[in-house]
Amino acid sequence: MIKFLFKGILRDKSRSVLPITIVILGVTLTIVLSGYLRGVMGDMTDQSARFQTGHVKIVTKAYEEAMDQMPIDLAILGVDSLLESLQKQYPNLQWVKRTNFGGLIDVPDANGETKGQGPAAGMALELFDPTSNEIERMNILSSIVVGKIPSKPGEAIIGQEFADKLKVKIGDEITYVGSTMNGSMSFKSFIVSGTIRFGSSALDKGAIIIDISDAQEMLDLEDGSTEILGFLNDGVYVHEKAEALKNDFNSKADTNDEFAPTMLTLKEQNNLGSYLDMVDVYSGLFVGIFVFAMSLVLWNTGLLGGLRRYQEFGIRLALGESKGRIYRNIIMEAVLIGTIGSVIGTTIGVGITLYWQQTGIDISAYLQNSTMMMPSVLRSKFTAQLLYIGFIPGLFAMVIGNMLSGIGIYKRETAILFKELEV
Amino acid sequence: MKYLLITILSLSFAFQNYPDADGILKKVDANMSSDTNITESSMVIHGKRNSRTVVSRSYGEGYKKSFSEYLAPAREMGTKMLKLEDRLWIYSPSTDRTIQLSGHMLRQSVMGSDLSYEDMMEDRKLTEMYNSKVIGEEAIDGRKVWVVELISKVEDATYHSRKAWIDQERYVPLKEELFAKSGQLLKRVTLSEVKKVEGRWYPTKMNYKDVLKDGEGTDFIIDKIEFNAEIPEHIFTKASLKK
Repeated sequence: MIKFLFKGILRDKSRSVLPITIVILGVTLTIVLSGYLRGVMGDMTDQSARFQTGHVKIVTKAYEEAMDQMPIDLAILGVDSLLESLQKQYPNLQWVKRTNFGGLIDVPDANGETKGQGPAAGMALELFDPTSNEIERMNILSSIVVGKIPSKPGEAIIGQEFADKLKVKIGDEITYVGSTMNGSMSFKSFIVSGTIRFGSSALDKGAIIIDISDAQEMLDLEDGSTEILGFLNDGVYVHEKAEALKNDFNSKADTNDEFAPTMLTLKEQNNLGSYLDMVDVYSGLFVGIFVFAMSLVLWNTGLLGGLRRYQEFGIRLALGESKGRIYRNIIMEAVLIGTIGSVIGTTIGVGITLYWQQTGIDISAYLQNSTMMMPSVLRSKFTAQLLYIGFIPGLFAMVIGNMLSGIGIYKRETAILFKELEV
Repeated sequence: MKYLLITILSLSFAFQNYPDADGILKKVDANMSSDTNITESSMVIHGKRNSRTVVSRSYGEGYKKSFSEYLAPAREMGTKMLKLEDRLWIYSPSTDRTIQLSGHMLRQSVMGSDLSYEDMMEDRKLTEMYNSKVIGEEAIDGRKVWVVELISKVEDATYHSRKAWIDQERYVPLKEELFAKSGQLLKRVTLSEVKKVEGRWYPTKMNYKDVLKDGEGTDFIIDKIEFNAEIPEHIFTKASLKK
């Protein structure tokens, strides 16, 4: 039976070309857009986790309230003992201390006077401790444009664009000007050991990266850091795990002390939670709209097909074929056409997704003045979900469309069939 | 007749006989400004976790030249600042560097205090910078004050407008509110411990409160001040920063 229907589809092109094309288009679009949305959000989440939020982050309560301003005076003190207890309590995560700081980078001339300067967005990491994995996590090695990672105190890497703007070369001296955690003026000179380009305009504009020990000395942050970041050992953010961890940690915290540490999950920071929820909503909405629109189009196509095959159905009814059998045949045909269209659409959609996963779309030109942490090359992401996210709606839309249009068969009256056929 | 009386009374309230604001400000300038000054001051900065005191000695000539040297605490000792017109140089002994700040950087906080570099170094006569109008009369701590509204008449005034409460007897401000061009209140200054120094009244304690920041504000205490003292010209040169 299926073979018979299949032959019919292949031989009678007008029965199949238009619906198959529509299904292919719809399925391809669904897969490409879903893959793209997931890819972009996945990259943003991953980049945020590595650079800013961790899978969980610990700050003081006071710091949390003003986190956007990076208030180093509200940093965590006694950070080493806290890290030790975290490593014992939650061994499934890797814990690192980081300090973000703002200020000015000043470049001296031969007389030690200002030649150029620019605002700096500083980040202090555990660069000298190989067990921290910060160099790999931040992808520093492959992001270095020239030079090397700081290997001793007093060395720094700065953003390539920043270096170009200030005309700084490897080995040049630069001076950080800012405030210590007590509000005192802070000056510290560094030798530029390398320049870096992360591919994120927000990071590359005024970046200076130093070891945490230099920052602690420079900012009077003895045994302190602004943040402790925790990364789940398998490297993948699982919100339920992070949420359980947060609840456990925060339940033990002193609620009356504004400098008591408090834990935040990735989703609670930088509006990432609403972004992730938004992607889920949009993906669902997109698939829903697709199924609805495709069903309407395919219903219409089915109606046209039904009209075109009016005589054929009439003859088959006149010959004694039951209405139910003809209806089931139409549905079977729809299943076949939907399957063909969905397979082709899925193949094309997955192909485009894999291509964009490899090459990405470069949006750096649009991010020149952006301060938002997002990758400058947006890539799609292939997941197993893409294999059915377009396929199932494609098939259903075709079947639903034909089920609706096929209802007309039941309205044919056998008594007037011959009269109709004479015409 | 009744309406005429009401009108006359209303008009007499509306046009109260306040003194000329410019005349008041001239007397304030005579107390607060001088051709030169040498000041030793302590700045008590109240942070969220602790308070600290920064001691400095400053030299000023008009409103365009100023030189400060920080004497305590140890972290700050030896740091020097020179302001010439709208440029500021800071010398850091720990790095042996002279760093120039200009533009919006001058509006940044000095050492975590509620004072900006501009606040620290501004000593321009009010009458030169603002058009003024007396808008009321009040009492602060039992002293009668004029409430004067000042609107800037020069482009480079640090604050677009001010409201000052001027002591009617001693002609020093006891309170000031400093506003941005948008009308946003930026800082509130409370001046107290008014003493007679070299024949003029001078508030020796000022509490600056940046209303956009949390905390108790910063106390700026004048420990010693000399007016119209002779200051060698070399003080206001970049060479003096490294001395």
